[in-house]
Amino acid sequence: MKLSEVKSNNKLICYGKIIISDWRLYVLLLPLVIWYALWAYKPMGGLLIAFKDYKPNLGVMGSDFVGFSNFLTLIKGTYASQFWSAFRNTFLISLYGLIFGFPVPIFLALFFSEITNIRFRNIFQTFTYLPHFLSEVTITGLVLTLLYNGEVNTGVIAQLLINLKIIPEGTKMIQQAAYFRPMYIITGIWKEAGYNSIVYFAAIMSISPTLYEALKVDGGNKFQEIRYVTFPGMAPTLIIMIILRIGTILSVGYERIILLYNANTYATADVISSFVYRIGMESGKQSIGSAADMFNALIGFALVIGANYISRQVSETSLW
Amino acid sequence: MERLNRSERIFKVVSYVLIGAFGIMALYPVIYAFSASVSGKVAYESGKVVLLPINTNFTVYKLLYRDKGFWISYINTLFYTLFGTAWSMLISIAGAYALSKKRLLFRRQLNFLVVFTMWFNAGMIPTYLNYTSMGVANRWGIIVAFGIQAYNIILLRNYFEGVPKEIEEAAKVDGVNEFQLLTQIYVPMSKASIATVTLFYATSRWNGYFWSRLLLTNPMDLPVQVYMRILVENYQSMFDSMPIDLPYAADSYVYAILVCSIIPILLIYPHIQKYFAKGVNMGGVKE
Repeated sequence: MKLSEVKSNNKLICYGKIIISDWRLYVLLLPLVIWYALWAYKPMGGLLIAFKDYKPNLGVMGSDFVGFSNFLTLIKGTYASQFWSAFRNTFLISLYGLIFGFPVPIFLALFFSEITNIRFRNIFQTFTYLPHFLSEVTITGLVLTLLYNGEVNTGVIAQLLINLKIIPEGTKMIQQAAYFRPMYIITGIWKEAGYNSIVYFAAIMSISPTLYEALKVDGGNKFQEIRYVTFPGMAPTLIIMIILRIGTILSVGYERIILLYNANTYATADVISSFVYRIGMESGKQSIGSAADMFNALIGFALVIGANYISRQVSETSLW
Repeated sequence: MERLNRSERIFKVVSYVLIGAFGIMALYPVIYAFSASVSGKVAYESGKVVLLPINTNFTVYKLLYRDKGFWISYINTLFYTLFGTAWSMLISIAGAYALSKKRLLFRRQLNFLVVFTMWFNAGMIPTYLNYTSMGVANRWGIIVAFGIQAYNIILLRNYFEGVPKEIEEAAKVDGVNEFQLLTQIYVPMSKASIATVTLFYATSRWNGYFWSRLLLTNPMDLPVQVYMRILVENYQSMFDSMPIDLPYAADSYVYAILVCSIIPILLIYPHIQKYFAKGVNMGGVKE
């Protein structure tokens, strides 16, 4: 027996002894490990189908390898126009969501911190967090009925927009590609802004009041307080949140998109995840769909790592 | 009371107004859904219902009460939420407790494997193929194969890490074993975090739609979200092709189901809200 083998054997015996003497702790851990193995890590083996010509009757292992041909089909083959359109839409929806959606919870937190009547604040925090807990089916059900414009009746928000002359009379917003992104982004803000303000609110509340007082003694006004005390105080939180957002700029969830879009709005609405669903699940091209998903996920993953790296260089804050 | 200068006073007034406006906007669709569900057909279809109900009647609720499919799906959802949340909590609390212990072998690696799933997963199709090959297309499968979220594990783990070491040491001296330590000391001490995570798991179970619709083959197993969505899809296409005459506005029926699906959330969430503002921040984002 070689020395290294003796060592590794000793190591194993050593681990075994630790586990046996502390078995209860490992029993507690076991269900979690099994759950992650079966439902999070085992499917990753299925990513192989992105490099195969998957046939349901042959299974993941039995199907033939085709190298990168699925990826080529996507980027310059039969699916190229749909794929790039979905890629572009994913990026644009995320970007607009970031530009219009990101500042809202920050302002909400700033306003909440000004509310000194605790009862009022608690009640309105309950109100604004509520939509976060409603299901996508509920939210989209509301959107589809409130914006509905049909023969029998017109949804109340659609009617309001018509009355305010924001949209022309007779516009069927749900059926027109031009309205999809604003509809999607405003719905997102409505649903998540209140809830997302929690972290910023906590950051503001943890700023020492003496800093504000010091600035006031020097004759500073409210906007200087925000500029020189509040904003620097919440900067670490802000940086973390922006890294998180940039890292996920290529992942637009499929659920709300699939529930809101239709064939008339694919041009602006179809994102990678909904494309994967349509091609991979509905049209049965599992390999093509998987390749698209993987392509997107790898770029997304690189973005997370990149954003984290940059943030560590320019500030003290990072995710890991 | 501290003295406020002019700009501070203005900003305070603006804050109250804007928070008030946003709060009302957040709540409006829910109130409107209820009003629309109990308003008269003519009043609703002519667009007179804007906030409060007009010609109040409970016709659609009576219909809904007799709708067997609705009840089956509603009871199914209660089943998924109850058992699913219990399942998620058992695994998460036990696992997070183990991960919080410095002495755990391969602790760093195991933590990384949990966090990694927040940034990268197999994607929809491999995940779907895994579910079908493992036979989860039934009600117990939905309970077992879903509902563990890395974020919640981290939240609980961070809280457990914050429990002072002295408590554990003192308990161990008294001969308390690991199981008792967790159930009799850590769990009672972590009520706020546990309430928060329970709320998160329960709402995600209650709201679950996509995978149930994709996987469940038996209509008797469908949750209320799927039932509600199928209704929305059918009635809109139906009305676009040929409007039929009903004694109530078709929208009212959809709104009534929406309201019923929101009620449990409205009843439970505000009570737990006071915990989670704290709980969420403690979870933080650090690995």
